[in-house]
Amino acid sequence: MSEVAAGQGNTPGGPHSVTEAARQRKFGALYSRNVQAVVARGLMAAKSSTWLILVSGFFEPVLYLIAMGVGLGTIVGDVEGPGGQMISYAAYIAPALLAVSAMNGAVYDSTWNVFFKMNFAKLYQGMLYTSLGPLDVAMGEIFLALLRGLLYATGFTAVMGVMGLLTTFWAVLMIPASLLIAFGFASLGMGITSFMKTFQQMDWINFFMLPMFLFSATFYPLSVYPESIQWLIQAMPLWHGVELLRQISVGAFSPATGLHIGYYLVMIVVGVALTTGRLRKLFLK
Amino acid sequence: MNPDAVISAEQLRKNYGDVAAVDGISFEVPAGESFGLLGPNGAGKSTTMKMIGGVSQRTSGKLSIMGLDPDVNGPEVRAHLGVVPQQDNLDEELKVRENLIVYGRYFGLPLSYLRPKADELLEFAQLTDKAKSRVDALSGGMKRRLTIARSLINEPKILLLDEPTTGLDPQARHILWDRLFRLKEQGVTLILTTHYMDEAEQLCDRLIVVDKGRIMAEGSPASLIREHSTREVLELRFGSERNATIGAELQGVGERLETLPDRVLIYAEDGETALEQVSARGLHPLTSLVRRSSLEDVFLRLTGRSLVD
Repeated sequence: MSEVAAGQGNTPGGPHSVTEAARQRKFGALYSRNVQAVVARGLMAAKSSTWLILVSGFFEPVLYLIAMGVGLGTIVGDVEGPGGQMISYAAYIAPALLAVSAMNGAVYDSTWNVFFKMNFAKLYQGMLYTSLGPLDVAMGEIFLALLRGLLYATGFTAVMGVMGLLTTFWAVLMIPASLLIAFGFASLGMGITSFMKTFQQMDWINFFMLPMFLFSATFYPLSVYPESIQWLIQAMPLWHGVELLRQISVGAFSPATGLHIGYYLVMIVVGVALTTGRLRKLFLK
Repeated sequence: MNPDAVISAEQLRKNYGDVAAVDGISFEVPAGESFGLLGPNGAGKSTTMKMIGGVSQRTSGKLSIMGLDPDVNGPEVRAHLGVVPQQDNLDEELKVRENLIVYGRYFGLPLSYLRPKADELLEFAQLTDKAKSRVDALSGGMKRRLTIARSLINEPKILLLDEPTTGLDPQARHILWDRLFRLKEQGVTLILTTHYMDEAEQLCDRLIVVDKGRIMAEGSPASLIREHSTREVLELRFGSERNATIGAELQGVGERLETLPDRVLIYAEDGETALEQVSARGLHPLTSLVRRSSLEDVFLRLTGRSLVD
């Protein structure tokens, strides 16, 4: 095409070199190095949404901590912690509930919100008409879900502090560890949500989440189960989060710590790849 | 291939399962042209648009947008495009002006550029006083204008418009046509699908008529009318029962005769002369109308009158 046409703007005000510059960026086939635009959009949209809905998921584990830890804890007394030392029942379940909190934050955002944006608001379709690639969209949306997970986890850690359940310096590491957990759930959650077409299918997520919450050694040790059930629990993601945070909360680490972290790293990679692939299949078919 | 073409398609094909939505079409669009795709529902217009927009992968054939392959360089191709999809997909969680800003950021544009640009485009779309409104509070016409304003945020070289005025009232359509015409004057290449023939005649320099995924005809609106229809059309109504029987008696009048349930159409160079010939045969229609041939006549001739679902 000719120089003249190339330089012509198309709206009042004439051409801007900045739009040319934006076209000269380095693009990948699935990625335009512009995750921040997707994140910025999410934050702008959150500004106008109801804060009550945003924080509702935060209270669930807090209520459990109060009911079980403080209430039930009075008849349970002290229990054995990961390092073999005796700790209060509340201190035993608090890190587990922190993992649940991180999971809830990440999952609410990456499942229901994503489901709505995908099937009703047609948000991703609009995004993929621009120079964004599916990887930008996937990473941006996962990051937003992760942010919510971080928000919940930080809030929950503060609650633990107020209740006097933070006893070691290591507990600071619970925040980045929660982030890892949230990242894992957010990426896999979004990937799985991309397969969902109806609200009935979305109910399956709750059907899966509730037993995982209750039985992932959240309220009592894994050893109460027969061996086959133990294997099943250990295959589930939440158990690894519960164990990881429980170890950090008392500063008692073992080779298993690395395994738990590795589990989440794999979950993140699989989740991001799945989500990107699905977005591509759904909107760039 | 024409080096001036911003879009060139060669034997472009898209299959969904066994069904060929686009069945080997070829065309080229030079920079600055306003190019239309006409066709009934299911003809393959939207699928073609999606392939050009880099959001649908072709099954076979060649396609080049600004010299790039949209299947290989999706984000880069889309950086040159502005897209107005058939259904508005504005971001309902954002305000009107925010929609423009956020969309611009998807293209990697800085806020220092986007803030004044958004105001400029709101002015262009006559939505300045709605800048802080919620999107769901806008009328259909306003949403459409906002969608068009949004598609211009990156100063695209090529603007893809998929049925831009479907569902709008005449006032809103004329405002939109005016805006699109201004863009054309500024050198933007417009690619437009529509099934409004008046819209195609208003906006398109050149168009292709597509049916069942194939190109049926190609040319400017005027040349298509010349090629596929006569200069004038005589419309006669004899009453529903009699149209069919009288149609037989009218053979030989004009160049071509079409009998429809509600009227008889006679295609002729001169409609008045044809009408005199009808009277000379002793036939007296309830009503008669002589009009110029339109693109609609061409369209119906090429794609048939039966209903497509």
